[in-house]
Amino acid sequence: MIPETAILTAICLPLAGALAIAVAGRISPNLREATTLLTAAALIWVVWGLLPTLMAGGRPAVEVSEVMPGLTIAFRVEPLGMLFAALASGLWLINSVYSIGYMRGNKEKNQTRFYVCFALALAATMGVAFAGNLFTLFLFYEVLTLSTYPLVSHKGDEATVRSARVYLGVLLCTSIGLFLPAIIWTYMAAGTGDFVHGGILAGKLEGPAIGLLLGLFVFGIGKAAVMPVHRWLPAAMVAPTPVSALLHAVAVVKAGVFAITKIIVYVFGIDFLFATPSSGWLLYMAAFTIITASLVALRQTNIKRLLAYSTIAQLSYVVMAAATLKPLAEVGAAIHMVAHAFGKITLFFAAGAIYVASKKTEIHQLRGIGRRMPWTMTAFTIGALSMIGVPPTAGFVSKWYILAGAFEAENLVAVFTIIASTVLNAAYFLPILYMAWFEREEAGAKAHGEAPFAAVLALCITALLTLAFFLFNGPVIELESQVVRALPL
Amino acid sequence: MTFMEHLPALQVVVPMLSAPLIVLLQPRGLAWAGATAAGLASFAIAIALAMAVLDGQTQVYAMGGWAAPYGIALEVDAFSALVLLLVTGAGAAALLAARVSVDRQIEPERQPLFYAAWLLGLAGLAGIVVSADAFNIFVFMEISSLASYILIAGGPDRRALPAVFKYLIMGTIGATFYLIGVGLIYMMTGTLNLADMQARIGDVVALNPILVAAGFITIGLALKAAVFPLHVWLPNAYTHAPHMVTVFLAACATKVALYVLIRFDSMVFQDRLSDHEFQFTLFALPLAVLGILVASSVAMFEGHLKRLLATSSVAQIGYILLGASFVSEAGITASAMHMFNHALAKGGLFLAVACLAFHFRDLRLSELGGAARRMPLTCAALVVCGLSLIGVPGTAGFISKWLLITAALESGLWGWSLVAVILVSSLMAVVYIWRIVEALYFQQASAEGDTSFAEAPLQLLLVTWAVALLNIFFGLFPHLPLALANGSAALLVGGAP
Repeated sequence: MIPETAILTAICLPLAGALAIAVAGRISPNLREATTLLTAAALIWVVWGLLPTLMAGGRPAVEVSEVMPGLTIAFRVEPLGMLFAALASGLWLINSVYSIGYMRGNKEKNQTRFYVCFALALAATMGVAFAGNLFTLFLFYEVLTLSTYPLVSHKGDEATVRSARVYLGVLLCTSIGLFLPAIIWTYMAAGTGDFVHGGILAGKLEGPAIGLLLGLFVFGIGKAAVMPVHRWLPAAMVAPTPVSALLHAVAVVKAGVFAITKIIVYVFGIDFLFATPSSGWLLYMAAFTIITASLVALRQTNIKRLLAYSTIAQLSYVVMAAATLKPLAEVGAAIHMVAHAFGKITLFFAAGAIYVASKKTEIHQLRGIGRRMPWTMTAFTIGALSMIGVPPTAGFVSKWYILAGAFEAENLVAVFTIIASTVLNAAYFLPILYMAWFEREEAGAKAHGEAPFAAVLALCITALLTLAFFLFNGPVIELESQVVRALPL
Repeated sequence: MTFMEHLPALQVVVPMLSAPLIVLLQPRGLAWAGATAAGLASFAIAIALAMAVLDGQTQVYAMGGWAAPYGIALEVDAFSALVLLLVTGAGAAALLAARVSVDRQIEPERQPLFYAAWLLGLAGLAGIVVSADAFNIFVFMEISSLASYILIAGGPDRRALPAVFKYLIMGTIGATFYLIGVGLIYMMTGTLNLADMQARIGDVVALNPILVAAGFITIGLALKAAVFPLHVWLPNAYTHAPHMVTVFLAACATKVALYVLIRFDSMVFQDRLSDHEFQFTLFALPLAVLGILVASSVAMFEGHLKRLLATSSVAQIGYILLGASFVSEAGITASAMHMFNHALAKGGLFLAVACLAFHFRDLRLSELGGAARRMPLTCAALVVCGLSLIGVPGTAGFISKWLLITAALESGLWGWSLVAVILVSSLMAVVYIWRIVEALYFQQASAEGDTSFAEAPLQLLLVTWAVALLNIFFGLFPHLPLALANGSAALLVGGAP
């Protein structure tokens, strides 16, 4: 397929899929699920088909509409967006397999709406990934927020609606209140919002204004969950687990950190920011978030909430890496998106599988569960080790790069933060592993086995991916190195 | 003269002469068909005029061949073409959808009169827009106001009567103020033709009567336009009017008054009076900001769906006035665009309300539980228009917010604080729209109400969805209204012919 067509297809395909799913849902559930899987597979074919072009240094771009003079809806594929799109589309297929097991095993209501919104969210994710300028990014960022709202409020009871209100409230308030002014400011200052290698703001702004604009961007992109705009993420945990797994561990949150990274690299420009003292605060804010979120995670008793706080900490790894403003760290930021995605989706899949099989949601209930659900807990263990950053898991690779970047920048705060958070991660994950494998189950507990096959299959695949990424990460690193290498654009 | 050259006159004549004919169409349904045909014809005329304006021709028409300034002149430029589009568009769309809803709310024997009043209202509003003459504007204003009093009071809701009485009193005061102002200017310049007035007002030596005239005209039109704090007639009038009348009036009635205000002020006063720009800003800007903030906060706590949307209209009028108060090209562009986009969003919302009203007699938010299950398509259309009202990117509302913010930043001094006002009120819009969404989607249905699938009639639903989709279309491809809005700004502020 011609790359330009492929970009538009990648966005329209899930949209068409959503429509087809809605129609199929009226006929039969099997047909509906088949449509979802088919759409997901087709999306992988389209998106991954772009990879060779990118590897060869191509930057396919397409402009859809000039909404107002200077304000266009345009797409341009570059390594960061490519990686994000490839990751989200690939995991969507696995997640769909898992969803079938989870939703059927749980006998959830309104399943058609669930699959339709999921497809819409993926279309928005593709739009975010391929956005060629700030306006397009913002457009799809908001679509992503709105299309995930019905997924978060899926259950529809009062507590869920209240949490969904927090979700929507925080995300819309930050994006309209801070992100939008930042975008307008950028357009006013630079006259454009295009993502250009080396940034567009150099020489257009100076002094404290740069730090302020950066702040508007970072806190405006609430999806990145840098404290204090992280509250929506624990609130989003009321959603069904497949939503938490793909959207609130991969697509939505990664859209946030991805957007921040992209803005740092292509709007500000690394060199420009590095020369600006007023932007230094970002690294410390991210470090603060990492440590604080990890401390909060220590105190959680609910599995999904613990994972949510762990996600907040891990997201700030990406932000901190991007804010280190060194080539190696930028590569580390990109790789950490992948590494964390594999590990965290595995953890969420496992948490959901435990819920389907045994209705257990709290950590203290996990005593001895390893014997009842060996596959699930093995995958959980791999995911947890990846979060801590133990070889041979994906988490080790990205931490290596981020640390290398921190040393390159000679930033001891970053180095210390990574070490301290590794210790904290171990402190909240290892007790769970110990409990699950080595402690005895309480007497008189209900007997149960593994979750439905589809769910177990999905989590085993992602666990394997977590391990495989440790060994086969060459192409990803090569692709992302293009971000920092001066390529003609 | 070719047919094209008669269009400005036909724009008024077609609906106005159709009105008495409609009264004769007694059998059920015919009156509606006749009115709709007339409405669509005027919409077609407006489109033809807009196309001609985009080609660069300003249509000037001298009634009876008597040239201005002595004869009566009609003129259609970019600004009037834009407002004509939204007036006739709203009229035609509401009429097209109206049949089933009106059948339920108006007795069959009164329907011909009702539709006749509707067409008179349409003719009056269109007349205001095409007139190039201050006195004729007053005449058409009276025609449209009288017609809208009848329309609002025409429904089964008795609470409409006190509401319309209040509207009548305030509307009459507004029109009188306007007339006093025009009289004073006539006294000083000896002309009623706007272009002539613009030319002669510079020669006036004694400026005090002109200043007083400016005050009277501005306040009078602000009353008509429901500018905060002169808006008190609006919420109740819109709430208790028949649903389709609310669609029509909410989409365009107040905007026409704003149109006159902006045109009068920038053509006649600002051009010639020194410091008038400053005075106008000083008057309009605080009122606009207050209106935006106060009305949005009130809407956040309003419990009745229609009154909530009506209150939000007051805030939206604030946006339009805010853009105008910058007295800059960017400001007028934003203002004109917001007129157009708000008409789309609010028209769509009230259409969806008319759909809801088919199964929910009581439109208080607390009574709307389970609506999404019974009327999924209606509720989805309502959400789309609501997003446009909030100004989510990809919808029409975003375009005007963007323009407004850009204009605010260009205005200098208070730029950023005005941006903050716009953003805060957008967030308030999120709150009140989401209250509606939660009521429709998550609230438990009342115990005795039935929960079967029961969509609104197809005709109504189709129009509602067409408007909802236009909200998205003009969010992605706003070129047509934007070209007209840019033209208006160049005309009013830029000094282009």
